[in-house]
Amino acid sequence: MLCAHWSRLRRVSSRSCCATALRSTHSSTRLSSSPERIMKTFCSVWLLLSVVELSPAQEPPLACRGAAGPAPPQPETAEDMASTGDLEPTHYPARRAAQVALHYLNTRHGSPFRVFGLQQVHKASAEDVEAGGRKYKLDFSVTDWASGSAGPALRCSADVLFPRTERHSAPDVKLRCEALQQINRTVQEEEAFYQKHIPPDSAVSARDIPDSYGNMSEEMQPFWRLARVAASFIMLRESSENTEFNMVQMASVTQQESSEEQLMLEFVVLLHDLPSQEIVQWKLLASWSPDRGVRVLQTEWQPRCPHATKPPN
Amino acid sequence: MYCKLTLLVHITSAALATTQVLRIHVESEDHIQALKELEEDVDSVLDFWSHGFSTERPIDIRVPHTNLSAVKDFLKKNNVPFTVMINNVQELLEREKAEMVSNAKMERSTKSFNFAAYHDLETLYSFMDTLVASHPNLITKVHIGNSYENRPMYALKFSTGGVSRPAIWVDAGIHSREWVTQASAIASNYGVDPSVTSLLGQMDIYLMIVTNPDGYVFTHTNNRMWRKTRSVNSGSSCRGVDPNRNWDAGFGGPGASKDPCSESYHGPYANSEVEVKNVVDLIMGHGNFKSFISIHSYSQLLMYPYGYTCTDIPDKSELHSVGTAAIKELTSLYNTIYQVGSICKIIYQASGGSIDWTYNIGIKYSFAFELRDTGYYGFLLPANQIIPTAEETWLGLKYIMEYVCNHPY
Repeated sequence: MLCAHWSRLRRVSSRSCCATALRSTHSSTRLSSSPERIMKTFCSVWLLLSVVELSPAQEPPLACRGAAGPAPPQPETAEDMASTGDLEPTHYPARRAAQVALHYLNTRHGSPFRVFGLQQVHKASAEDVEAGGRKYKLDFSVTDWASGSAGPALRCSADVLFPRTERHSAPDVKLRCEALQQINRTVQEEEAFYQKHIPPDSAVSARDIPDSYGNMSEEMQPFWRLARVAASFIMLRESSENTEFNMVQMASVTQQESSEEQLMLEFVVLLHDLPSQEIVQWKLLASWSPDRGVRVLQTEWQPRCPHATKPPN
Repeated sequence: MYCKLTLLVHITSAALATTQVLRIHVESEDHIQALKELEEDVDSVLDFWSHGFSTERPIDIRVPHTNLSAVKDFLKKNNVPFTVMINNVQELLEREKAEMVSNAKMERSTKSFNFAAYHDLETLYSFMDTLVASHPNLITKVHIGNSYENRPMYALKFSTGGVSRPAIWVDAGIHSREWVTQASAIASNYGVDPSVTSLLGQMDIYLMIVTNPDGYVFTHTNNRMWRKTRSVNSGSSCRGVDPNRNWDAGFGGPGASKDPCSESYHGPYANSEVEVKNVVDLIMGHGNFKSFISIHSYSQLLMYPYGYTCTDIPDKSELHSVGTAAIKELTSLYNTIYQVGSICKIIYQASGGSIDWTYNIGIKYSFAFELRDTGYYGFLLPANQIIPTAEETWLGLKYIMEYVCNHPY
């Protein structure tokens, strides 16, 4: 309840937020309930403290403080790069559009044993479209990220349409990659991984993968890749010309009860947006099997406390 | 946890005897309210090890002996489940302290410093002292000032003599979560590159390994993803300013935020951050820097000014070709692919950046690196990539430095 108040009043100072909370409890004609009484006490004490200014640096209220939804990325500036006509392939407008195509590719062809990364953009162009949006045409190469730039590269072409609507809507991607069917499908590993974790007694759970030092065990790699693929659904949906997303960490994975022969996994992932440098946290529920691939069933944006402190390890 | 425990060492042993740490498993809003009531009770001496109460993760509270039964009663009355996590804090402290002492002993000699690992601030600082002690005729430690939280800021000066020779500046870790940068900077001292000797006959090199020490400590103790300084922003509960939006070049313009809670908050005015001011003062006071190179991660880019505008600098073609050649050297080692371009065009428009300021005051060879990788691990680059990253980056840096040396102005 407290959390909801704070998150709704993002930019309002904590003091006035607390006063609002107090007013709303006072106006209630019912006998105030225990949580309301506690909140009233908390608010009174807090207001008193803030008046007295005991410490110069007030830490924020402990409830999460966040926007009502994912913070929209910074609006494009007046100094817009000429993103129409031929684009410089190494510059960000082309690269951002290619990343969107990559997210799309991963949602379709990613697996616990395959995540694609951008190797290089060869050619790019953009044009405004009548419906009000911008369409990018791209020619680029991707690699299986695990093998790095050493691995075989796949040549792809894509049309990425960023719509121009009042409220954000997901970009539209049309993608063709040559020889996609011919790349070594990791069938054996997928099957073994599936068989290992589909039994009802499998209850995998882990946090902070990789850890602060970049460590990730062999065992956790397929889960991390699944998180990355599932996160691609979110990154694809949330992308615009003003964003460039990556997943920086699988904050947690908790295996749920398998359903319809699908591995069910609840993830919390940390995404990084390059232009704004913000770290965005999402919780999601995904299913996977070798036959059906990755499906994302639920997503939930998580507001982050500005001073999120982790419990001691 | 390390930081918290260090503070606790100063409390008397008697008081710590049978201090317990309780782990609270919050399951409902009612539990959260009860805990908040507990935390707001100003008479209590409870030490909350975690904040941001939620049902997602357990909350740990260090409870002194005298309050133990009262606190446990309160929790039981409110049906808040808890477990005793640390039965005796004192014992844990002794063990932790013993381990740190033995680690510190091991790292004392340059030969045993583990370059292929990430280290905390204290270890990096003590290694700097070791370096200086073992190369007294080459390296000195320059105390350029203190951080917001009063930590010393040190640059290592590599010099074979002379008075105020033309100099090259390299900084790492201005954004604290970019751990591979501090690690690569310190690893650049691994082995002696003979080709640098002739360069050092004519120029000095200043290497600032931890440009944002407060942020760096915070990434170890609290939030691995912390980027900014740790200054208090008046009128806001959010701390920190993006130190690379705080320089006096297009300050406050597009590509920086005026929201103190934002990762790219530019601060109240240019050079408001003492960390930035200290570097500015050193550069201005010295007056003879010929190159300024700032190291960041990630994205694998080598960039030149401007960030605050996409207009080309007058020296664009020279800097672009120096950058291209430097990248060729870098790539030659492990085939790591980098792109070259101006900040504004290749990554994003960003105002108040360091290399824009240095370029505008006449330091022509101003560059910024974004090291490995391209987003696979991002900031959490595995330690086994530190040395390869440092080695390839060194080749790129060396090219630039030699070029600067051969093109005096």
